[in-house]
Amino acid sequence: MYRYDQLDRTFVAERVRQFRDQVARRLDGRLTEDEFKPLRLQNGLYLQLHAYMLRVAIPYGVLSSRQLRALAAIARTYDKGYGHYTTRQNIQFNWIRLDQAADVLAALAEVEMHAIQTSGNCVRNVTTDHLAGIAPDEIADPRPYCELLRQWSTLHPEFSFLPRKFKIAVTGAEADRAAIAVHDIGLRLVLDAAGAVGFEVLVGGGLGRTPILGSVIRRFLPASDLLGYVEAILRVYNRYGRRDNIYKARIKILVKALGAEAFGRAVEAEWQAMDRDGMAIDAGMLDRVATHFAPPAYAELADAAPERAQAMREPAFARWLARNVLPHRVPCYRAVMIALKGGGAVPGDATAETMERVADLAELFSFGEIRVTHTQNLVLGHVAAHDLAALWHALRVAGLANPVVGTVTDIIACPGLDYCALATARAIPIAQAIDAAFADVAELHDIGDLRINISGCINSCGHHHVGDIGILGVDKRGQEVYQLTLGGSSADEASLGTILGPSLPPDQVAGAVRRVVDVYMERREPGESFLALVRRLGVDAFKARVYGGLEAHAA
Amino acid sequence: MSRLIKNLALVADPWREAAAEGPLPDGDVIVPLARFTAEREALLAREGRLGVRLSPDDDPAALAGDLGHLDLVALAFPRFTDGRAYSQARLLRERLGFAGELRAVGDVLRDQLLLMARCGFDAFELRADKDPDDALGAFADYSVAYQAPVSPAPGGRV
Ligand code: SF4
Repeated sequence: MYRYDQLDRTFVAERVRQFRDQVARRLDGRLTEDEFKPLRLQNGLYLQLHAYMLRVAIPYGVLSSRQLRALAAIARTYDKGYGHYTTRQNIQFNWIRLDQAADVLAALAEVEMHAIQTSGNCVRNVTTDHLAGIAPDEIADPRPYCELLRQWSTLHPEFSFLPRKFKIAVTGAEADRAAIAVHDIGLRLVLDAAGAVGFEVLVGGGLGRTPILGSVIRRFLPASDLLGYVEAILRVYNRYGRRDNIYKARIKILVKALGAEAFGRAVEAEWQAMDRDGMAIDAGMLDRVATHFAPPAYAELADAAPERAQAMREPAFARWLARNVLPHRVPCYRAVMIALKGGGAVPGDATAETMERVADLAELFSFGEIRVTHTQNLVLGHVAAHDLAALWHALRVAGLANPVVGTVTDIIACPGLDYCALATARAIPIAQAIDAAFADVAELHDIGDLRINISGCINSCGHHHVGDIGILGVDKRGQEVYQLTLGGSSADEASLGTILGPSLPPDQVAGAVRRVVDVYMERREPGESFLALVRRLGVDAFKARVYGGLEAHAA
Repeated sequence: MSRLIKNLALVADPWREAAAEGPLPDGDVIVPLARFTAEREALLAREGRLGVRLSPDDDPAALAGDLGHLDLVALAFPRFTDGRAYSQARLLRERLGFAGELRAVGDVLRDQLLLMARCGFDAFELRADKDPDDALGAFADYSVAYQAPVSPAPGGRV
């Protein structure tokens, strides 16, 4: 993983000092709240319903055991003993005091972490595939490029006051686990005919009030030109993006207004006029960063699949293998997912004890490295296959072996009205109700992959537009009601969900999900995914069942 | 007291701002772009130094042929959260090669000064209600940066 050099260390220390001074000036009145707000946001500090919330970046979703223990310590010292993993490879602490915020940042700096640009109208922390460097379907490791983008974007003097927030996601694999089509810039590593590494560049994707998938503006950008080209995109956006209406200020609106082709031409013109050589990533730069992401020292192991025999004997282990264990590019290794879901859990929440336990297990079984996924789970990415049984036992003891990854109960949910100042409805209790309605693990496995995403308002932090089943909380004359969408996907054939019908009160959501799943189970062809079935049947087939069922229920 | 920061110090400001129309003040004068375009010949022939003020909507390329005759370009921040002048500054310095004074005017606050300087601004008209001594501290907030400095660096850049 990336280790700070002298520049990073100095920079982060100076950032903490600067923020401490800004807080002091806010507290003595030299800074007004309006002047302070953008400054605190660019340090990850939000004012929520009950307290300040601090959003900490987990670059590329990778943590060391030492860092995870530091997060646990922060949860204990400055929060109420837990943290919340978000859909953007961040962790949020919900109960921070303004006068202690700089102390938390200093504690983070101790372990080479920060909260810089996790919020605000600037280039946000770059996200990528949580299986980067692990997945067998990878073309090239995206993380060195993410790190170069992180450095380039950090306190970029030209782009610290953009019209609106700006999110970049990078994928290096064939299967897109970084949801690049719903980001302001999406980058896909590709090879050209000669085998040279480059990027396909998408712009203008995003969720929220105006959900839209990104458009390709360049099929192949040589990798060395990445920073210059991204800078050109940002400059066009900074100059011409709308600033008169925050709902129309994202780059997607500009791309839509100009048309993707015209926008792409403006970017090309800006890029051509730029000092492209000065912005080029040279091999030395890339190599220096890439060494940080070198694979760990894998052992030479003989048996490629030692877990099979045990799985024959132990069905519970087999179920866990089936859902929570993924293949690794190194044949005798596996990636093990830890679901922070199920059993009444708040999706994405982890207590300090859980974090410490996972940090210990990572040290024992996975080279001291932990990943955080955008589905709000954790991953031990490099587990030797012959250790799987021992790890499984240890996880079971800790209550962390829930074999539900990718199933109906592996729900993505934002904090919603339980915490968030922008929320219109709660998300957590809805997730818990669905979880309770699908308590039978055998049934979950029978259903298979099915993604449910819940957002507590149209800002869509829970990515409801791209869930197989999306659930959006809305406020209707003071009542929390929920709108269901079907058939969204953030993967390769990305699509936005279609609204199923009228909104439902909170106590009917889990039942509606149940009926949607029933239709899937009855109508699916062998091997047919939920998404494929929705595309084949259309949502009306589901609508009849959901709302027909409700009438019958009411009668 | 002066509110103009240059070369890490508060300095007297010899420049006067001219309105869109009406009589020009004597001496060094800053005119809005529209007036410069309309009265270009007369303005260039006049005694005293000349500066042009751009609004964030203006394209710096409009001055491309005239920058050699200008001693100052003022870029406006209508609100400190409006970041368009940062791009204008870099374009003026890097693309158009402007080497004169590049001045930040409008909602100019302490916590943005270093960003402005790093985009090529070298003069800062601090908002009237802010303490200039306090603001001078901003330039020492960071000793390092991830981005290359703006080039060509104008003389006297902080
Ligand atoms: S979707 Fe809305 S309620 Fe949920 S975290 Fe985002 S802003 Fe808050």
